[in-house]
Amino acid sequence: MNAPLQDLAIAPIVWAIPGLPLIGFVLIMFWGGGLVRTLGDARGRRVVGTLATAVVLLSFVISVFVLLELLRLEPEQRRAVASLVPLMDRMPWIEVGPVSVQFLALVDPLSVLMCLIVTGVGGLIHLYATGYMSHDRDYPRFFAYFNLFIFAMLVLCLGESLLLMFVGWEGVGLCSYLLISFWFDDEENAKAGNKAFIVNRVGDVGFMLGILASLAVFGTLSFHTADGRGILDLAARGETLSGPLTVATASLISALLFLGACGKSAQFPLHIWLPDAMAGPTPVSALIHAATMVTAGVVMVTRMSVLFAQAPVVLLVVAAVGLFTALFAATIALTQTDIKKVLAYSTVSQLGFMFLGCGAGAFGAAMFHVTTHAFFKALLFLGAGSVIHGLSGEQDMRRMGGLGRYMKVTYWTMLIGWAAISGFPGLAGYWSKDAILAFASGIPSIGMFMYAVGAFTAFVTGFYMTRLMAKTFWSAPRLPEDAHHPHESPPSMLLPLIILAALSVVGGLIGTPWGNAFERFLEPVLPGADMLHVHEAIPHGVGLALGALIAIAAMAAGAAAYRRAPSAELLPATVKATQPIYRAAANLWYADAAANAVFVQGGGRFAGFVARWIDKGFVDGLVNAVGVVTAFLAEIARGGQSGYVRFYAKTMIAGALIVLAYALIQAGMR
Amino acid sequence: MSFAVPTEHYLLLSAVLFCIGVAGVATKRNPIVVFMCIEIMLNAANLGFVALGRHFGDVGGQIYTMLIIAVAAGEVAIGLAIIVSLFRTRETIDLDEADLLKL
Amino acid sequence: MRPGVLIFWLLAVPMVACALLVITSRNPLRSALFLVAHMLLLAGMFLSLSAQYVAAVQVVVYAGAIMVLFVFVIMLLNLGGAQKMDAAGLGWALGIAMSLGLAALFVGTGVWKSGLHAGKATAKTLAQGGTAQAVGFALFDPELPWLFPFEVASIVLLMAAVGAIVLAKRKL
Repeated sequence: MNAPLQDLAIAPIVWAIPGLPLIGFVLIMFWGGGLVRTLGDARGRRVVGTLATAVVLLSFVISVFVLLELLRLEPEQRRAVASLVPLMDRMPWIEVGPVSVQFLALVDPLSVLMCLIVTGVGGLIHLYATGYMSHDRDYPRFFAYFNLFIFAMLVLCLGESLLLMFVGWEGVGLCSYLLISFWFDDEENAKAGNKAFIVNRVGDVGFMLGILASLAVFGTLSFHTADGRGILDLAARGETLSGPLTVATASLISALLFLGACGKSAQFPLHIWLPDAMAGPTPVSALIHAATMVTAGVVMVTRMSVLFAQAPVVLLVVAAVGLFTALFAATIALTQTDIKKVLAYSTVSQLGFMFLGCGAGAFGAAMFHVTTHAFFKALLFLGAGSVIHGLSGEQDMRRMGGLGRYMKVTYWTMLIGWAAISGFPGLAGYWSKDAILAFASGIPSIGMFMYAVGAFTAFVTGFYMTRLMAKTFWSAPRLPEDAHHPHESPPSMLLPLIILAALSVVGGLIGTPWGNAFERFLEPVLPGADMLHVHEAIPHGVGLALGALIAIAAMAAGAAAYRRAPSAELLPATVKATQPIYRAAANLWYADAAANAVFVQGGGRFAGFVARWIDKGFVDGLVNAVGVVTAFLAEIARGGQSGYVRFYAKTMIAGALIVLAYALIQAGMR
Repeated sequence: MSFAVPTEHYLLLSAVLFCIGVAGVATKRNPIVVFMCIEIMLNAANLGFVALGRHFGDVGGQIYTMLIIAVAAGEVAIGLAIIVSLFRTRETIDLDEADLLKL
Repeated sequence: MRPGVLIFWLLAVPMVACALLVITSRNPLRSALFLVAHMLLLAGMFLSLSAQYVAAVQVVVYAGAIMVLFVFVIMLLNLGGAQKMDAAGLGWALGIAMSLGLAALFVGTGVWKSGLHAGKATAKTLAQGGTAQAVGFALFDPELPWLFPFEVASIVLLMAAVGAIVLAKRKL
């Protein structure tokens, strides 16, 4: 954990990883519209889409080179800094007293892994979006925002200090807002964007306080410094700026940071924004609200894992929040009818699993789930997008069904995604979910309970995903009479689906319990065994067998249940209307209603009170009083303004006389 | 080093000239004459600078004087231009007729 | 009486007289002519202070260029005749009072003779301190602070020239 910073031969081009998407953003933002106008619609769009996709894929290539360079080093030496500004060694940003923040990138296994996910999956989704968005009139604006998002996300992952990470953190929040309300003509979309932005602010307060607390405790914002006095260097040695690091201090900082992570990663009770975020175009949901941005909280917790490891109570809270969110969101996903909402709650649920892993101390397993989830959730969202595209915008699963024969590629890739997320043995989700559950079973004293709840949630996951597949592809067609004929999507949308499907199949093999290459790669950034004791209470074989059993049982039960219900409705409408548990789940367990009542309505009333009594009464009264007094004094003073030059000259001379007299008499007295 | 005429004489002369200039500025209504009085005041200051420069053996006093002459030249050019345009619009240059400064 | 003292009084008395005549004449043209005389006398005073170059500048710029401008404007606006353009009554008294108050302040506090400790003047500075060469070297000496004000003065003059044109021209 305390290896010195290395010099990488590739460091001079690390800036290009976030730099290229930024260049793409600037070019498209300022000239994209003009390009479309001058080159004509079709050619202009092709140029813009190609440019946006190319910069991201180029970043991916550079990330791969950085990875290869990193792999050449000894595992414990894989840590380097590189300038984020071309041609400069280090560009200072803030230099105030002891605080010094520079535009530097931290190149280590965690950041390189995230760069690969963001640019790799991001590049595929860019490619997909060139097809999906091809009929949108704001095509250049969409890709400008998309590139900006990639840039901000890479700054978040690469930033060498908490503050730079926060810049990326806010940047992705901004892009999320811009893209959720991308179709701002519809007020609902604009509101959803606002909701995401405002709920995230709540978490950001925690993050900001955590940053300030880190600064106060460690006297720096850098993760690692050359002299070994960075936050993580100190925390790994159990030191602070002054004296040893106490459990209370570590708990305070990690709790604040976890609040930030909760906001960004949509954990209960700050999860309410993510389902609404589906108002944005589907590629946005896939890239930002499933594969990358929402995992930023997990990345941040993993980045600060050395600190979290020394706060056992906070770890327990993280695990509990994660587990509760996982189950809670999975039950809601069972009742949703909008295909994207199902996937959104599924994302919340999977993020809960990731935090369960973090809370169990298995940060490597959590990051593994981040990786595999990026593959299969992006795949599922893109598949859903393909369905929506094929149905000309229809999102309600009650009006789908029987689509398998119209869109074969979409169907087969979705089938793989379904198997992967459900945890079908051998596929990506199987390995990562099992790793998390195995480590969760090792949590002291309540491990088995956590394991049981987690396993149950995994069963629910398999079931609701089967429900989605049944309603969309298997059951009898329920398309409205006047609907367009469903059609398969263009190749630019199918290619990403196929690649992601392949990754969902083989992606998990890098992290099997036998020879876990993934965890070994991440090991240098994680707390060592001496700091945090993590173990699996369930033997490998048993855990894997149970996981496989649960997944297959869930998929089989779902399939069997829906096979007997050709209308794809398991419960009669009367039961749905009256059964209390079903109704509560369908109403999102009233979380949104509660947040609305307390914060929106209550806040509105409080604001009304402030506006009426404090603002209008007190502040305005004060302001008006100032105005009245000024007017009164001005009435007196206006007599002095005659407009005659000589009057002013004389006044000036008189004033000069007085000043001179004062100065001379003062000097004479001394 | 003693001088035939002590520096005090020059400074007193400078003060007297300055006061005459002030009297002119404060009593005249013809802006051209007001300007001339300002020139007298500037000249009085110049005299003081040169005399003190001689007293302390420092050439800076003379350089100050020349900078003041440069500024005075500019000031006169602007001031007379204002007077000309004032005369054009109001057909008189009497300062007590011009109360344009009151908006 | 040493000749220097004699020269001082021969210059000083007419100077004050000219200054008084400038502010008492009814006719602005007369005021202008007395001002020319005043300035020429001041140039002589500069010579007696061994500031030869400044004296020359005084004659050329002040008595020459600036006063020509004054006379030119007076003639242009046809203000040559005698004019009753003095402040009346209270205004006049107030102006005179200010002037006398200032004089009283100068004399009363003795500021005109205070602080004149022995200077560093030498026979050399007296003989050569005011030549164009000495002033020029001092003006452009990088060790001394005059170069920058000198350059700024050129900008001031440029602004004055542009400003005068803008103000006085009817149509640009």
